[in-house]
Amino acid sequence: MCDHHDKLRSNNRDLQSIEKQWDRREFFKKTSLGIGAMALGSLLQSEKLWSAVNPVAGPIDSLNSFAKNKLGLPHHLPKAKRIVYLFQSGGPSQLDLFDYKPKLKDMFGQDLPDSIRAGQRLTGMSADQTAFPIAASTLNFKQYGESRAWVSDAMPYLSEVVDDLCFIKGMHTDAINHDPAITFFQTGSQQPGRPSIGSWISYGLGSDNDNLPTFISLVSKNGSGQPLYSRLWGNGFLPTEHQGVQFRSGKDPVLYLGDPENYDGNDRRQMLDYLKKLNGMAYDAFGDPEINARIAQYEMAYRMQTSVPEVTDTSDEPDYIFDMYGPDSRNPGTYAANCLMARKLLEKDVKFVQLYHQGWDQHGNCPGGVKYQSKNTDQGTAALIKDLKQRGMLEDTLVVWGGEFGRTVYSQGQLTETNYGRDHHPKAFTMFMAGAGVKPGFTYGETDDFGYNIIKDPVHTHDFQATLLHLFGIDHERLTFKHQGRRYRLTDVHGDVVKDILV
Amino acid sequence: MKQKLSIGIILVGLVALLFAFKSGLFKSSGDEYADQKLPKVVDYNFHIKPILSDNCYTCHGPDANKRKAGLRLDLEKEALSELPENPGKYAIVAGKPSNSLLYQHVVSDDPKQLMPPPDSQLALNSYEKKLLKKWIEQGAKFDKHWAFIPPKKAELPTSERTDWAQNEIDAFIMEKLEENDLAPSEKAGQHTLIRRMALDLTGLPPNADQVQRYLSNSSVDILELAIDEFLASPTYGERMTQVWLDVARYADSHGYQDDSYRSMWPWRDWVIHAFNNNMPYDEFLRVQLAGDLMPNASKEQILATGFNRNHPITQEGGVIQEEYQSYYVVDRTNTLGKGILGLTLECAKCHDHKYDQLSQRDYYEIYSFFNNVDEKGLRMDAVQAANQKYFADAPFMTITDEETQGVLSFINKDEGKDVKVMVMNDSMPRTTYIFNRGEYDSPGEEVTPNAPEIILPFSENLPKNRLGLAQWVTDENNPLTARVFVNRIWGMLFGNGLVETSEDFGVQGSLPSHPQLLDWIAKDFMEHDWDIKYLLKKIMLSATYQQSSIATEESKKVDPDNKWLSRAPRFRMSGEIIRDYVLATSGLLNKEIGGPSVKPYQPPGLWEETNAGGNRGVLTTYVADEGDKLYRRSLYTLWKRTLPPPSMSIFDAPNRDICEVRRQKTNTPLQALALQNDVQMLEAARVLAENTITDTKDAEQWVTTVFQRILVRNPKEEEKKVLEEYYTDALDKFLNDKENAEKLIAQGEYKRLDTDPAKTAALMLTAQVIYNLDETITKE
Repeated sequence: MCDHHDKLRSNNRDLQSIEKQWDRREFFKKTSLGIGAMALGSLLQSEKLWSAVNPVAGPIDSLNSFAKNKLGLPHHLPKAKRIVYLFQSGGPSQLDLFDYKPKLKDMFGQDLPDSIRAGQRLTGMSADQTAFPIAASTLNFKQYGESRAWVSDAMPYLSEVVDDLCFIKGMHTDAINHDPAITFFQTGSQQPGRPSIGSWISYGLGSDNDNLPTFISLVSKNGSGQPLYSRLWGNGFLPTEHQGVQFRSGKDPVLYLGDPENYDGNDRRQMLDYLKKLNGMAYDAFGDPEINARIAQYEMAYRMQTSVPEVTDTSDEPDYIFDMYGPDSRNPGTYAANCLMARKLLEKDVKFVQLYHQGWDQHGNCPGGVKYQSKNTDQGTAALIKDLKQRGMLEDTLVVWGGEFGRTVYSQGQLTETNYGRDHHPKAFTMFMAGAGVKPGFTYGETDDFGYNIIKDPVHTHDFQATLLHLFGIDHERLTFKHQGRRYRLTDVHGDVVKDILV
Repeated sequence: MKQKLSIGIILVGLVALLFAFKSGLFKSSGDEYADQKLPKVVDYNFHIKPILSDNCYTCHGPDANKRKAGLRLDLEKEALSELPENPGKYAIVAGKPSNSLLYQHVVSDDPKQLMPPPDSQLALNSYEKKLLKKWIEQGAKFDKHWAFIPPKKAELPTSERTDWAQNEIDAFIMEKLEENDLAPSEKAGQHTLIRRMALDLTGLPPNADQVQRYLSNSSVDILELAIDEFLASPTYGERMTQVWLDVARYADSHGYQDDSYRSMWPWRDWVIHAFNNNMPYDEFLRVQLAGDLMPNASKEQILATGFNRNHPITQEGGVIQEEYQSYYVVDRTNTLGKGILGLTLECAKCHDHKYDQLSQRDYYEIYSFFNNVDEKGLRMDAVQAANQKYFADAPFMTITDEETQGVLSFINKDEGKDVKVMVMNDSMPRTTYIFNRGEYDSPGEEVTPNAPEIILPFSENLPKNRLGLAQWVTDENNPLTARVFVNRIWGMLFGNGLVETSEDFGVQGSLPSHPQLLDWIAKDFMEHDWDIKYLLKKIMLSATYQQSSIATEESKKVDPDNKWLSRAPRFRMSGEIIRDYVLATSGLLNKEIGGPSVKPYQPPGLWEETNAGGNRGVLTTYVADEGDKLYRRSLYTLWKRTLPPPSMSIFDAPNRDICEVRRQKTNTPLQALALQNDVQMLEAARVLAENTITDTKDAEQWVTTVFQRILVRNPKEEEKKVLEEYYTDALDKFLNDKENAEKLIAQGEYKRLDTDPAKTAALMLTAQVIYNLDETITKE
């Protein structure tokens, strides 16, 4: 029900005693009820509170003088104030993008040695294959930047910003099929029912913006490949207000935001005033603070009707910005346009922007597929990083790029000189991060000559999640929520912060 | 302005609080637990176990693998024994806190000695420490967990106040009110009660005729008569089914990846039928758990077992079927736990339960009951399945015209088309193993069907299959089943159960606010043959239920959460009830019962945006239905698990991925937007305006009529004044701008009536204001 909040208590004694004071007030329970309560909720947040106390504090100062909110968060000094997570759904082929394996050229068509596969379970799609012929990438790789990072020619724009990136080449995960794997990445559990990363952050840290949701998801339009599920940005068992709000391209960026079709809604304010008057009478009659909370939600909804179209309208961006993000960025709903919108949302201090781009599931025609996917995303990703950097935001904005698993070195289906397919591979793949608190121009972890097994510095999905929370000043073992009698956390009972990639 | 001001005041208050905190004001004010009164007799279940469970059991509880120092505190014998790693010492010595290491560690100043250890982030407060001390002083008595002791009817408490109670329930409520220096509220007005009862029993507002009849009848039994009529209405079964669908994780799609269509709706029609026929709850459970195993099982009994096939089923290419088959059995096991027994069984899937006395063995023994289904898994991807419209995983039953014209006449099926419904069977016996760490590919010891002895020993006389399990579940000596159900019914009527965590009656769940009342009702329910209608009526005839929901300053101060029920609760209705309410009051509601799920309005593009391409089965694109299918009750709205109807999700409906027994009741701006702009809401306001204009000659009465239709009461003078002012104002505007009026009243598919556009638009906006009132979407 609505009062889960009081179950998770601070472990700090002084804060506990403040919590008790607060608990007695119906007010706090009833107002922590929705993103609308953010108008109030954000006042409770440390940062706003501190800037009220120290009005001169700049963004970095306020981070340094971090105060804890009523959950006792952040646990330590945060590096990241906000995040954009560019989820590449389907499982991008690390072998055709970043994990360069020159020796494979000479092994073309040879069977993957059993010693390498080592009994690793296979999906039902390639389990029946009698041979596992090695397929070297047909894409060309080069080294870029001062960091000399390898990038294939599928991603020319990204190669310009490698010195800002931190590649993690030893990612591994537990699931080998899309649904459980993407659910695992986004919620820490393969099976549905747990809260998503964004909702954990919203729950733990609250909002920095009075007029927009804390956690916003964006999905590239005209996607193909694997479906997405609303549970990926869902709240699981956390209070509903921490659910990601999907912003969509088109008339209503947020569901039901727009006034009735074709109708001039100029009288909306008047209607709300009457509504408020009548609800006020109901409060006088019933004395239920929930009624006042309802009035506040209607006001918030009204503000969103202005703030959301404003922030989602990119038409007043200068031409050079559109040029940076590429021609797609003028076409709402594309990946590039979503990257641009993400920047605008981050500028407004939306805490968690979660993008999804589908189509990275190259079971067949892998080289062509990877090039096509890259063409649709490369420029947008690179532009977003450059754009954040030129605005001074990259230092406290975390950028994450990655999918739910990688792809096999052996060909699924027929291997030819120019073509091959790749099946799902959870045992080794590449992700990258950039910005807030992460080492720039750095590569962490290493796979064997086949790109099949990790030989150095593995990072498990739960480690990645622990690290992400760490950057926000959250100890992943201490951000918990009691549900069904147990304190749950994003990383279940696993996860280690990957200290080596932190600045 | 008022709001801004109050935010300002709050902000100032907070800043002050923060400074107070920074300057150590709270530290110096000392221990706020210091004044808390210790009970005369410390009760193990109600005072001690919550402390031990929450703070100690992780390392000193049921989980053998995580136990430290060999100390186990959840069992009396072990807790009082000599410490295996500390000879001559005892954790607890009855009567002697100073010799009890447990107590000594808890009050230690030495961080190395202190328990719980500081790095666990747990700590006891001074009140809890004193409780432990007193409990040890009083002899450190243990008891079985309260919920595992079968309920008994306690003697009714007596009160000096004799003018209030209407039945036994009130005696228990009054006792707690008096303990807390509270007085009950007066009885709610008759119209409020009629609306409240109609909403609780039918999920719909009372219709005008009912209100008229009940209000004009001054007989003392009129409320009882109203309850009986509501219970007899077929809308009762729909209302109860709505709630059961969350428990049964019902959906019209398979739930994973492509998330294609499935046709489980005949099972849903059966649930409606069962509730309307007032099938006793024990039988209702038995047929759903094991109808197929009953002697000479009827088609109806087999159909009922669809309950355990409602879980998600994967259709993703390349999955390992064995892995998923184990997920399905896990889901059935967990659903039995959460939905029927109120237990967090799933916590014992990977290891022994850390809090409740349930072992991993117990888990897999229950699991083995559900592990013999001849299920193959969906071996077709959505593209292949698209041509088939729907597809079902074996085993399924095929329902033909002959059956729907005969023994299954409650199924609302079109003639000519057979329907496949997935059901249970036991035709593929599998050996069940304890899965190490819960992993399907890591089998350990073999187990056979059995139920946890701590709850109720599984009788030798019972068959070791689901039928035996069903009998065990509904045995009158099973301490959980009836308690859990009556608690949920209480929660449905009062917003919260007597046990707030209605999904968890275990050690970590909340304790009942009124333990004797819970037990009395549970026992009474069983004594009356698990009669659900009897149970509802009993509660609704209590003075407790019939109180007014007006909160006085005094009762808000003493009992802000209304735990002691000194007033009736008021809370927002579910998304389904809100939508049905709007349909019913506007006159749009289509009362047809049962049948395939329907697709009402939904913002365009939602399914398509996440579906990744056009060829993903029949649920790839959302095409809303036409005509009167748009106005069916919300329990018939097609439920696609990976993207549930947004107008329901926004109001806290679960995804139906897993069994849920309790919904949140949030209050968000997205709800405000949906109520203002969803075409369903706009259309209803328009149609109500048109109907009112057509039916009511006297234009002076229009605003009042609309108000009465929606809120089932007369407007107060000041409300009427405000609304008429709004109407007049809007009318003036629309008279000057007929074009805008025409645009406004063009909302929705429903045929326009021939009414004046400006008047219709103005009255429509007025209706919209009323539909958006807090009171309208709240059960008073």
